[in-house]
Amino acid sequence: MAQSLRKSLHLVSDPKNLDASVEEVFRMMLGVDCRRDAGPAPAAEPESVTAVVGFGGMLSGACVFHSGGSAARKIAGQMTGMEFAEVDETVQDGIGEVCNMLAGAWKGKVPNLAANCGLSIPTVITGRDYNLHVQAPEFQLHHIYKFEDASFEVTIICDGVQ
Amino acid sequence: MSEVRALIVDDSSVMRKIVERSLRQAGLDPMAVFEAGNGAEGLDQLKAQQVDLILSDINMPLMDGLEFLRQLRAQKLAPGVPVVMITTESSEEHVKEAILAGAQGYIRKPFTAEQVKERVLPLIHAA
Repeated sequence: MAQSLRKSLHLVSDPKNLDASVEEVFRMMLGVDCRRDAGPAPAAEPESVTAVVGFGGMLSGACVFHSGGSAARKIAGQMTGMEFAEVDETVQDGIGEVCNMLAGAWKGKVPNLAANCGLSIPTVITGRDYNLHVQAPEFQLHHIYKFEDASFEVTIICDGVQ
Repeated sequence: MSEVRALIVDDSSVMRKIVERSLRQAGLDPMAVFEAGNGAEGLDQLKAQQVDLILSDINMPLMDGLEFLRQLRAQKLAPGVPVVMITTESSEEHVKEAILAGAQGYIRKPFTAEQVKERVLPLIHAA
């Protein structure tokens, strides 16, 4: 039987699902209390990290994690118990995995989506002075989160649903 | 407990370390750990090492975890060794697919050390 996500689009686009996913991943994998922050976007740093995990199947789009280098190093440090002086391969790997778990946890909140939407392998971009441009998505959730003094952004981009 | 030999297959080196730490916290210490970054590397490890436990991600480049499981059975590598999938894919369909391919356990990422203990220790004791 052909299935459609259109009827449950209100569930898919519910911002609470993203908040719950971020809180769950950070509590279980990093052991920290992470909350949505109403404040302005984190101040730009010379170096930043962006991880992207694509969605395919009944929903096409992506989960995007973005932070400055200091927050990325702090997150990777919390995951591994190590200290990082720079955004090295281990930090990139850790941020890619965080994005992967956020994408998985988020799609798992909607049963129809969990079973019918695949995830890509994470892509991690680091550097200075770059922009990520998305062309007219069907819907987009963009939230800022904070734990201790580290802030980061998570965006769910939905290009289309079946 | 005598030394447990575990193979951890995941394309993330950070996740391999987290899984190893969770296993040690679950009481699997002393433990010898072998690592692989994808299913093909996992098969190579199993041709060279005998292990008591295999933990594998599903979504990996080159050879994913489900194909790794199928190859494991087809090549009769590590017979009787419990395999636990640790993955972000958590739907009933994914769990069924993994069990059909030969997995004995399934842990959804994110996970706690307690969940690893609950799912893995009974399999080690039963093997």
